[in-house]
Amino acid sequence: MTVTENVPLISMQLMGKDYSVPSGLTIMAAIEYAGYKLVRGAGCRGGFCGACPTLYRRDDSHRIFTALACQTLVEDGMCLVQMPFVPLMTKPYELQTIVPRPNTLLQHFPEIAGCVACNTCTRACPQGLQVMDYIQAALRGDTKRAAMLSFDCISCGICSSRCPADIKHYAVGLLARRIYGKFVIPAAPDLSERVAELEAGDYQDVLNELVGMSAAELRVRYEQRSFEAVADGGETHSATKRYNSPVDPVDFQDEIEIEIER
Amino acid sequence: MQIAYYPGCTIKASASQHEGAALAVLRALGVELREMEEWNCCGVVHSLTSDNLIRHMAPVRVFARLREQGANEVATLCDMCFNTLARANIHARQQPEQIVAMSVTSGGELSYDGGASVQHMLQILRDRVGFAKIRARVRRPLRGLRVYPYYGCKLLRPSEVGIDDPETPAVLRDLMQALGATVVEGSLQTQCCGAYHVVDHDEIVAERVAATTAQASVGGAEAIVLSCPLCHYNFDTLQPASDTALPVFYYTQLMGIAFGLEPGQLGLEEQQIALLPLLQQHNLIHAKGDLG
Repeated sequence: MTVTENVPLISMQLMGKDYSVPSGLTIMAAIEYAGYKLVRGAGCRGGFCGACPTLYRRDDSHRIFTALACQTLVEDGMCLVQMPFVPLMTKPYELQTIVPRPNTLLQHFPEIAGCVACNTCTRACPQGLQVMDYIQAALRGDTKRAAMLSFDCISCGICSSRCPADIKHYAVGLLARRIYGKFVIPAAPDLSERVAELEAGDYQDVLNELVGMSAAELRVRYEQRSFEAVADGGETHSATKRYNSPVDPVDFQDEIEIEIER
Repeated sequence: MQIAYYPGCTIKASASQHEGAALAVLRALGVELREMEEWNCCGVVHSLTSDNLIRHMAPVRVFARLREQGANEVATLCDMCFNTLARANIHARQQPEQIVAMSVTSGGELSYDGGASVQHMLQILRDRVGFAKIRARVRRPLRGLRVYPYYGCKLLRPSEVGIDDPETPAVLRDLMQALGATVVEGSLQTQCCGAYHVVDHDEIVAERVAATTAQASVGGAEAIVLSCPLCHYNFDTLQPASDTALPVFYYTQLMGIAFGLEPGQLGLEEQQIALLPLLQQHNLIHAKGDLG
């Protein structure tokens, strides 16, 4: 990054010490500008890995605010601390042996019964998820709703660091999504067909050919690649296009939800 | 008639038979229960510490969301939810400054003006539908079935939220008589079942359940009928296994039987103490194949 002289400097406190940093930096960039080397509490720098939770205050509010350091711009008067890790210890479970019942999530995470619906978790979530609502869904055994509402969780753990009931929200959401994925949505027939093809060795020759290629030959092959066309013609498949929406995917339930036909 | 419906966690997680039966019975009476969206736990036990505001946030939030969703009234099946919500609502009306304090500590996202109310489903049945209409809907009267209505605490106490006379309640008696059943009454109908002592002192609960069922049996009752899922759990699981154990019905299940509804909707097999033998004995359902 180039910092030119005409970028105004702002004052902030990093972990209790005063610094002047250029405005317009992310918190993470400001920490590095100030001379710190981040060996923990930094990861993808793209808002996906959840490794860089930050706690901060503004000089005009008594509140504690939370954010991801890589996604939030510094502000004048900010006082912040990096929170590289929120301890997560849960009772181990074996998904293969779980029998899904309405109280399965409660049995694995009995502390969710302590939720007082204060909604602090929701207000702390940098993803803007309805965290308290997915805990409440888990509490009443609505695994599907818990899975849907927690779909975009990046496990940064800020919710859990702020919860007065010490709930491990992101672990609850993860188990809800696992149970929903394993027991509720129907298995994709394409997947089992593809696994059978793989096990029959249908792709072994192609893979062997690729393994034997030089980097230059691979590059040529890569540049010549073609995508499968979708059935109705026109656009090619994209794994990410549909989900990389700034809008909460819960609003797009019809896209991500598979109803079981009965 | 349409009414917003607050199920509560217990109904969803461990008393689904009560809900299934209630939805079917109310539909038969022309009442549509519309489940609230994104409701949270009621808070379970009403906090008597009136200034511990975080303990009052859960029930207040239920009312706040009810208002956001455009309703002023919500019905619930669970006695505990009813009691907690009703008491929190009184609190909210009497001390609006506490709601303001909650709103401030929650970043301004919780506001409630005290303008909503909660009704127990038995109030809806008694005061809106009416026992005459219920009697008229009966297709298979519970003739000869002798039931002991058990009220417990949460429907009746404290009296500012109770739905009936705290000493001599009548709502379950009148409902059962409308269905054609014979009612056996006794002094222990309004005694607490022991409630959450089932967790740490289940001998207290077992003793109370034994005394109440003994009184019911001496009076000739063949079954207990009640409303509260916690009372149901205690009566269903803490009677010693024997031929003389009294089956425990939710009032909605008996309404469904009397209305001649499909027994498969009524969750009749989800109890510890079997309900079917008694119903078969009175010819209220047929032996096999009648469970849908």
